[in-house]
Amino acid sequence: MAQNNTEKKSSSLWRSIKQNKACYAMLAPFMIFFIVFTVVPVVMSLPMGFTDFNMAQPPKYVGLSNYTTLFLSDKIFIRSIRVTLVFALFTGPISYILCFLLAWLINELHPKLKTVFTLIFYAPSMANVYTVWQLIFSGDMNGYLNSFLINLGLINSPVQWLTDGRYVLGVTIVVQLWISLGAGFLALRAGFQNIDRTMYEAGAIEGIRTRWQELIYIVIPSMGSQLMFAAVMQIVSSFTAGTVAQNLVGFPSTDYKAHTIMTHAYDYGWVRYEMGYASAICMILFVVMYALNRLISKLLSKYMD
Amino acid sequence: MSQINTAKLKASNRQAGRKIGGTVAIFIFLTVLGLFMAMPIYLTVIMSIKPVEELFIFPPKLYAVRPTLDNFRDMFEVLHQNRVPFSRYVFNSIFVTLTVTLCQCVFASMAAFVLAKCKFPGSRLLNHIIVIALLYQSNVIYIMQYMVMAKLRMIDTYAALILPSIASPMGLFLMRQSISQVPDSMIEAAKVDGAGYFRICWQIVMPNQKPALMTLIIFAFQAAWNIQTGALVFQEQYKTLPTVVTQAASSGMARAGIAMAAAVFMLIPPIIVFMIAQKQVIETMAHSGIKE
Repeated sequence: MAQNNTEKKSSSLWRSIKQNKACYAMLAPFMIFFIVFTVVPVVMSLPMGFTDFNMAQPPKYVGLSNYTTLFLSDKIFIRSIRVTLVFALFTGPISYILCFLLAWLINELHPKLKTVFTLIFYAPSMANVYTVWQLIFSGDMNGYLNSFLINLGLINSPVQWLTDGRYVLGVTIVVQLWISLGAGFLALRAGFQNIDRTMYEAGAIEGIRTRWQELIYIVIPSMGSQLMFAAVMQIVSSFTAGTVAQNLVGFPSTDYKAHTIMTHAYDYGWVRYEMGYASAICMILFVVMYALNRLISKLLSKYMD
Repeated sequence: MSQINTAKLKASNRQAGRKIGGTVAIFIFLTVLGLFMAMPIYLTVIMSIKPVEELFIFPPKLYAVRPTLDNFRDMFEVLHQNRVPFSRYVFNSIFVTLTVTLCQCVFASMAAFVLAKCKFPGSRLLNHIIVIALLYQSNVIYIMQYMVMAKLRMIDTYAALILPSIASPMGLFLMRQSISQVPDSMIEAAKVDGAGYFRICWQIVMPNQKPALMTLIIFAFQAAWNIQTGALVFQEQYKTLPTVVTQAASSGMARAGIAMAAAVFMLIPPIIVFMIAQKQVIETMAHSGIKE
């Protein structure tokens, strides 16, 4: 009887797979590349956190020792957690709100102005201009910021923006915010543009008068998917940031003040070639981001209903 | 009846009925913030046309006293010293970028439609895997990816530059989020009319997805345009523009001018694509697909 049931189940599964073969065919082109170049490498990298792997010799299984070292004796890692949290707490929510606010405000303008402003706010994330930031924050009097502040009489001698431990994290956060109006921002812009016009008309009939009412009763409820997309992008970019600090305030930064978890992973992975340890670091970061992602998607879906 | 008509009339005057002061305030706010945002890029452009002796004077000026294209000339001169003609790098970059962008958009759109709108065994799992792939950022992945490519004998060919970038979880996620807003009734109606999934996707759903698709084109183009050849290819003839331009500009501050010129030069194509695609996005006036 039980066997009969499972047989029935598997045959109905088979039937439903056959029924949906068009779906699988349309998925196939993407999935082939996705599996070969993303899924296989990810699955291969999962167990690395439990090994000692220096790229020259085959990985050696070491159990949980990478993780115990990380939490019990790696002081710089503990510090990098704090830096990452401060960094993410500042850049994540602020840039998420900025993305939405700017996308909405731009939407209120004339179509010609929309393109110009979208470009101005998006361009920083396209450009790779660390050199110019180094010149702006340069520690001598030639630095743009220093010479500007000296001219205003606010400071007497140049400030070492990029090497003074008090400023490096702040400078990094500013530059990160500057480049953070990226994928999420553009997706939200597209979302605004795709809202059904008839919704506004219906809203006007029902007595919506101001921009605020329109935003709260019409726009936000119909942009759930884009808000979710932007949230995921924001989580990833604020938690995995590291390149900005490395390019700007040096590596390692003064007193490890701008040393994020990702920088720590880079340090062990690509400088010391301790790939197993670096993988363990990345795994911890992944768990944190995944939990946060679940939380935000719960919150958003609750709000949308 | 007439009441509804006046209401409709009012609704169509929605923009006109707004307080003009609010719009002006928004404009001023965005302009001030925009000036701040545009500053570093403005400085990059200015520095790329400053002669060397102007780059390090005090106090630094916000404009070029004697603008020159010397930095660009120097950059191209350095590039022309390579064994392979410059046009070859341009061809490589264009070929790689167009192939990746086209495949990414077509494949991601189809897969996104299926994942957003079809229920089949495995659909929930696949949706979940895409988000995990977005969040999982191990720095070991690149090594593993490299091992896969080496096994497939792709190193030192165009395939190494193109194939790994085709399936982008971010692109799929973007399209899936957007397509999921299409009302199910629209797809059901098309099914009743006898259309298959392939036709529903391309003739009914995708024409309504212009904003998301154009946004994906911007992302895909930008990412593909900046693909660094790194250890993927060793032969000079397969290298792309970002690689050789970075090489030309990477000699510290002495070549700051060239670095600025390189940054400006590499930024031009993505900005052109951005302008064209954004124009399409903004021209979209969404209408409900279901009309009585």
